[in-house]
Amino acid sequence: MSTPDPADIFRIEAAELLEQMEQGLLDLEHRLDDRTLVDAVFRALHTLKGSGAMFGFDRLAAFTHHCETAFDRVRKGVADATPDLVSAVLDARDHMRALVEDPSGDHADEERYLLERLQAAVSGAPTSPVATIIEAPKPAIPDAPTTWHIRFGLPENTFVNGTNPLSFLDELRDMGECRVVLDRSALPPLEKLDPTALYFTWDVTLTTSKSRADIEDVFLFVMDDMTLTIEEVTDGESVVSVPPPVAGPDAAPAAPPVSEAPTERQAADASSRPVAEVADPKLRRKVESVRVPAERLDELMDRVGELVIVQSRLQQIAASGADIALRTVSEEMERLCSELRVTMMVLRMVPVATLFDRYRRLVHDLQRDTGKKIELSTDGESTEMDKTVIERLADPLVHLVRNSADHGLEPTEERIAAGKSETGSIRLSARQTGGEVIISVTDDGRGIDRARVRAKAETAGLIQPGATIPDQELLQLIFQPGFSTASSVTNLSGRGVGMDVVKKAIESLHGSIDIASRPGEGSTVSLRIPLTLAIIDGLLVRVGEGHYVIPLPAVEECIEISQEEDLRSRGRAFLSLRDALVPFIRLRELFATGTKPDLYQKMVVVSTGEERVGLIVDQIIGHHQTVIKSMSKLHDDVTTFSGATILGDGSVALILDVANLVSLGQEQEARLRAIA
Amino acid sequence: MSDLALKIKAGRDVPAGEIEVLTFEIGGETFALEAAIVREILDLLPETIVPGSRPFVNAVINFRGKVIPLADIRVAMGMPTAATTIDSRIVVVELDLDGVPSLIGLRTDRVNEVTTLSKANGEPPPRVGLKWPAQFIECLIQREGAFIIFPNLKAIFASKGKSSQPS
Repeated sequence: MSTPDPADIFRIEAAELLEQMEQGLLDLEHRLDDRTLVDAVFRALHTLKGSGAMFGFDRLAAFTHHCETAFDRVRKGVADATPDLVSAVLDARDHMRALVEDPSGDHADEERYLLERLQAAVSGAPTSPVATIIEAPKPAIPDAPTTWHIRFGLPENTFVNGTNPLSFLDELRDMGECRVVLDRSALPPLEKLDPTALYFTWDVTLTTSKSRADIEDVFLFVMDDMTLTIEEVTDGESVVSVPPPVAGPDAAPAAPPVSEAPTERQAADASSRPVAEVADPKLRRKVESVRVPAERLDELMDRVGELVIVQSRLQQIAASGADIALRTVSEEMERLCSELRVTMMVLRMVPVATLFDRYRRLVHDLQRDTGKKIELSTDGESTEMDKTVIERLADPLVHLVRNSADHGLEPTEERIAAGKSETGSIRLSARQTGGEVIISVTDDGRGIDRARVRAKAETAGLIQPGATIPDQELLQLIFQPGFSTASSVTNLSGRGVGMDVVKKAIESLHGSIDIASRPGEGSTVSLRIPLTLAIIDGLLVRVGEGHYVIPLPAVEECIEISQEEDLRSRGRAFLSLRDALVPFIRLRELFATGTKPDLYQKMVVVSTGEERVGLIVDQIIGHHQTVIKSMSKLHDDVTTFSGATILGDGSVALILDVANLVSLGQEQEARLRAIA
Repeated sequence: MSDLALKIKAGRDVPAGEIEVLTFEIGGETFALEAAIVREILDLLPETIVPGSRPFVNAVINFRGKVIPLADIRVAMGMPTAATTIDSRIVVVELDLDGVPSLIGLRTDRVNEVTTLSKANGEPPPRVGLKWPAQFIECLIQREGAFIIFPNLKAIFASKGKSSQPS
């Protein structure tokens, strides 16, 4: 295995930090005086700066440094957090992302502009007294300088993380008169010394007018792993009689307690609580996680699939013999395999929240671009989906949210005139039903103007003038390529690209789109997406000698066709099913099996949204957990199948492409109607 | 077969101008493919017919958990069909199809050996007198008085699958 490029590692880390920063800023927009959010954004900025410099992204580090400096004024309470500031930092964040992706590009002008905006945003005189903004312990600047005892130790592996202890000393020196004493008592004998480890502890006597919080800030980013005590010095104390270091949550071996230190003093001085305790709990919470490239998960998935197949062969062998021991092992294997498969599925699932979070920023920008007031609400974020599916949903949802903001929601005046609230609402929701997740985008805007859709479709020649078509079909027309009802092309939408892209993307995920719209009340676009691309629930059927899988979510019902019905239906291609005519396809004929039909033919009724078709098969075998394998390029011309799967006996079964069969059935029906 | 597979994988020192090939038989003719593209030689496996596919790739097989197409040079070349025998094997090759590396199984009547052939002895397919469509053949190499056929797999797989009859 090759070592990953450090720059790539940084890019991944930076992406996460930028994400955190964005979420923090968007939250901050609503809760401008929330100190923890300010801190969170600041931390992200600071870490990005540090890591950027470490990995050689100097431009990024320099730019971020300026942002950090500006933002620090907010953190210190010198400036107010304002919507302007949030917006400026958001734009700066976008620029940082550009710098991460393309460190060499020429960005000088943009940087200057962004930094000027930032400066303007933070240098405006505070509109409210400093004290009201700050809830965290941040006293006004003390009048007289105080002397502090600071004792800090860092973990042995400090250098591995790229932290330089000298920088802390430098920062402390900048604060005021400073005396540093090195405690090297923990230094091991030479033969045991690891030259890359840090064994020192420092005692610093600092006389400064800064507050305790300012001193703590120096260590803000290493606080979790270090030992730190800060104490105010009263007259006459010497540096030697420092209190013992108080171990943080992760006490490091490099800083053992100093034996001669008076311990009772520590107990007496409640103010010398370890700083780590007062730090943001988020900073300390350590979630154990491992980053794994998605393709490795796919590989693992393949292996599990193979294992399941081998296991079912073993099961067949065990069942055919009389060996009890073998049978026990086989049963054990079966249990383990099914558990493994479930675990594997769970591994790939991520909550939809990771997807929804991205649209908060989009809506923020859309408000600015459209001049409309928009509120985004989300629902069902904990619904989980396959990671690949989520990635592939990101772009279609951008189009849908944009469409809602631009076409759906009315301008503010129009909304007020219509008696609606001033702020338009866009709602993203997700819920799971069976093997599908339904993701919908709802707005409370003007709804889809059916007359305009019709007029547009007639002009474009998509429907016959005056033709009567079902409402759903009419609404679905907006997904036709080149279709847009926007009379003017705006920055956002109206070019007629987008909605057909949505349809293509959803179809490639084996999903479907439903639209509901009430004039004056708003529209809902619902995407029905299968939970995962890797495994589906299927119905295993037999046609002639071949086995085929029909995706279970598409199956509406299975019925047996009596011989009379079978005979009567010869020569036509639809059956009446509870007073509705259902077109059907005899798969035996379609596949030219050349076998005699079974005595009792079965019909599996499948549907895609509104349209349905019956598939006539010889036998329905039953439910089958289907690991989907894609078909080779050599079979690209075969559209009847969407993939293949491997059955328990190791043979291959093909998966029917329901959407394709339904349209085939509809065509066939239309042709027969035309003849009649 | 595994010893053969090993031999292919290990590779040998091939003198300049020569190529290492796997030779096999279809319909009494000897064919050869560059050993570098051969992944594995399999005994016959259960096949699944793909209705509606081109006749020379009318089936898929389960190759170690992957579903790969099974191609028949015999059908592509318009050679008469024949029943499988105890010597029948599937040769799995890896080819680049439209930029996607793909595994494809080839039906063969028997697999002979891994050997080296001199490309210098290669001749382009003659325009007349050939039983098979010339565009499907890359070259013919003469060895010990017989011709070994180098099929042009890319041309075969790109074709519409209508086996043109010998003129």
